[in-house]
Amino acid sequence: MTTEAPEKKAEPKKEESFLGVFLHNLWSANTVVVTILSILLALVIGAVLIVVSDSDVLATFSYFTARPSDALTASWDLISHAYADLFKGAIFDPAAVQAWFSGSGDWKTVFNPLSETLTYAAPLVFTGLAVALAFRGGLFNIGAQGQAVIGCVTAGVAGFAIGLPPVLHLIVALLFGVIGGALWGFVPGLLKARTGAHEVITTIMLNYTATLFLGWLILQSGVQDPNRTDAVSKTIDSTAGLPALPAPLRVHLGIVLAVLATAGVAWLINRSSFGFELRAVGVNPPAAKTAGMSVARTYIMLMVVAGGLAGLGGAVQVLGTADRLTGQVAGNIGFDGLLVALLGRNKPWGVLFAAMLYGGLRAGGNLMQVDVGVSLELVTVLQALIVIFIAAPALVKSIFQLRDARTARLGASMAKGW
Amino acid sequence: MSGVSTATVEDLAEATAPDRFWNRQRRLGAALVVIGLIAAVIFGSLAESATARFTISEDAEGAALSINGQLGAILFGIVTIAAGGALLAGVAKRWQTTLLVLGIVTFVFSFLCWQVAGKFLPLVDTASGSLELALPLILGALAGVLCERSGVVNVAIEGQFLMGAFGAALVGTLATSVWAGLISAVVGGVIIASLLAVLAIRFLVDQVVVGIVLNLLALGITGFLYERLMQPDALKYNSPPRLPEWRIPGLADIPVVGPVLFETNLLVWLALALVVVIHLGLTRTRWGLRTRAVGEHPTAADTVGVRVRGLRYMNVLLGGVVAGAGGAYFTLVSTGAFNKNMTAGAGFIALAALIFGRWTPFGALGAALFFGFAQKLANYLSAVGSPVPNQFLNMLPYIATIIAVAGLVGRVRAPAADGVPYVKS
Repeated sequence: MTTEAPEKKAEPKKEESFLGVFLHNLWSANTVVVTILSILLALVIGAVLIVVSDSDVLATFSYFTARPSDALTASWDLISHAYADLFKGAIFDPAAVQAWFSGSGDWKTVFNPLSETLTYAAPLVFTGLAVALAFRGGLFNIGAQGQAVIGCVTAGVAGFAIGLPPVLHLIVALLFGVIGGALWGFVPGLLKARTGAHEVITTIMLNYTATLFLGWLILQSGVQDPNRTDAVSKTIDSTAGLPALPAPLRVHLGIVLAVLATAGVAWLINRSSFGFELRAVGVNPPAAKTAGMSVARTYIMLMVVAGGLAGLGGAVQVLGTADRLTGQVAGNIGFDGLLVALLGRNKPWGVLFAAMLYGGLRAGGNLMQVDVGVSLELVTVLQALIVIFIAAPALVKSIFQLRDARTARLGASMAKGW
Repeated sequence: MSGVSTATVEDLAEATAPDRFWNRQRRLGAALVVIGLIAAVIFGSLAESATARFTISEDAEGAALSINGQLGAILFGIVTIAAGGALLAGVAKRWQTTLLVLGIVTFVFSFLCWQVAGKFLPLVDTASGSLELALPLILGALAGVLCERSGVVNVAIEGQFLMGAFGAALVGTLATSVWAGLISAVVGGVIIASLLAVLAIRFLVDQVVVGIVLNLLALGITGFLYERLMQPDALKYNSPPRLPEWRIPGLADIPVVGPVLFETNLLVWLALALVVVIHLGLTRTRWGLRTRAVGEHPTAADTVGVRVRGLRYMNVLLGGVVAGAGGAYFTLVSTGAFNKNMTAGAGFIALAALIFGRWTPFGALGAALFFGFAQKLANYLSAVGSPVPNQFLNMLPYIATIIAVAGLVGRVRAPAADGVPYVKS
């Protein structure tokens, strides 16, 4: 309802060469260009933060007018070192590849960055899908965090409290995660459908309720590790753990499940009759009702499925990466999932790629913290900035003086109140 | 285009008949009877038959209100049932609120009698602790009132708190002045608020999205600078002076109320004064009328010449001032040092207080005090080793808000244009 760029239509269509189209699109405000420039802008602001917070480099700026080269080289060294680490930690380290070829290194060291990226990306895919799917049906599921926390709890408890043979145990634990998350999604869905309570408010409140519940549960006898006094649960049985690659590599089956889930959600949205209903409800609830769809039932189903996905993300986190419950076991995966969904523009495959990018930032951020001492929190800043620019394409457009895109679909189109 | 608050699908769900038997009053009555029964039977049977002492003086031995714990739990539970029964029987409408408040208060008393039996609860400490814990919630909720009454959803209260707390700690330490800290807390809140305003009003980004992302941005920036600057050299960057406690002679000698209200820091008085000022401003001044008009029906306001976007900018920035001051509480009053993610969801409890208080200043004050009391009680119970887990008491604000928006106990309704950006056509 609020597309920024005015539609420019009815221009005389003439045959253009591929190159002409490419060059025209290269500097226009389409999805790809805005996404890339958003990432670039975020990195630039991140660089400023790195320099400003480094007292050694700042000291060289105190005599900037006398010898500007000192300050500039010092800043450049710091920034390039930090961002090179971000790349090395996320994708590959040329030194490790060289060592492998010359025989002094190990293949595991070469693939470790990628393994870390995929490990961090896997739960984000699920929570991102949970947010994106609900978005398509017109619901803003901020509750992915709470649903993931409950998914962690149910999958984790199933992981150490039930004794089952290997493969079956894993499946049961994953299912428990799905059910837990689905229940936590069902509540706001039901309230929305029956009483009209806005899902943003109810899911925000349920997020903190879930975290407090987790904090209480892990201190109960039967859940808490009997050998520990702090808030740590028992370790999950090896029969329930997601199978992973050999030791230093942490990547596990979760990423495969994530790709499957992406394909499943893509099918659900685009090909199934439920997907048609949810899209219709998302675009125009009264029209969907007139067409004979039950809006209330769609809302409930939508939140149950979204909650189940987020719960599965929590289950993957606890069964694949964490292997026991702690107060912070779910980390920030629900809120990050929100960013991932926005970056992926609420399309399933877009979510997958966005989750990879965020997983990569996180993995690279670890190396950056260890190596140059630039805090991992910089990654949070980068992630938030990227989404701010993505969500405000008009801002990016005016900064870079981009042309209007041919298909003006980039407006901030989801603005609505509660 | 429906920006209607909590009733977006009401017309799609089944319509509510206006005068059926189970109207709001009877439902409230039934709920009170149920919790009254829980209080009288469960609390009563679990309570020790020992004296529960509520001390009025600062020390444990001084003057106190005392009652047998078991007897008290049962008696207060019965009063709750009676209040519910009166509502069920159908009393005049003007008694409804009084009876509801009576029922809830006696339920809380019954709970306290059970918990305190054989121990003592210092009333002064509880009251001043509740007020102190409620302080950031009051300021945060007032910031929300300013924004949302003019039609901008503010989910970024948490981020404003964090920036305020960080700014107060950093500048307060560097300038070794608590007042410089307070001012920079305000600046920190305004920075986040101006981002919110520009993105939501100028660039029309979904306001809930902006709010959530700004929270993460504030978390990231403050966490980053904390680890880079404050952690290595806490003495230089992270040891701000504390806000002094002032005592008003004379008034501070009144029992219970005196030490709570008149022997405290400036921020408490500021918050309480702001509640009154914003209430009067909203209901009695031209600014307030325009703010409400812009929040309910911006097109109509624009037609009569109100600058919708300008007013929204102003109100969001004012909200940033108030929320930033709320952030100062965390570093200048509460702990005396900044820590990563130290607000830990307080911004969302403030949001809950705003909603629970029905988007009004006094409602927000009441909700914030209630939530502050719940937190204080949770601290007390975990200190005396009560079997009631404090996590469940900490859930109270969130669950109360869910119940309120679901309309189980009276529906709350947001300003009609809350969250709908205004585009002049």
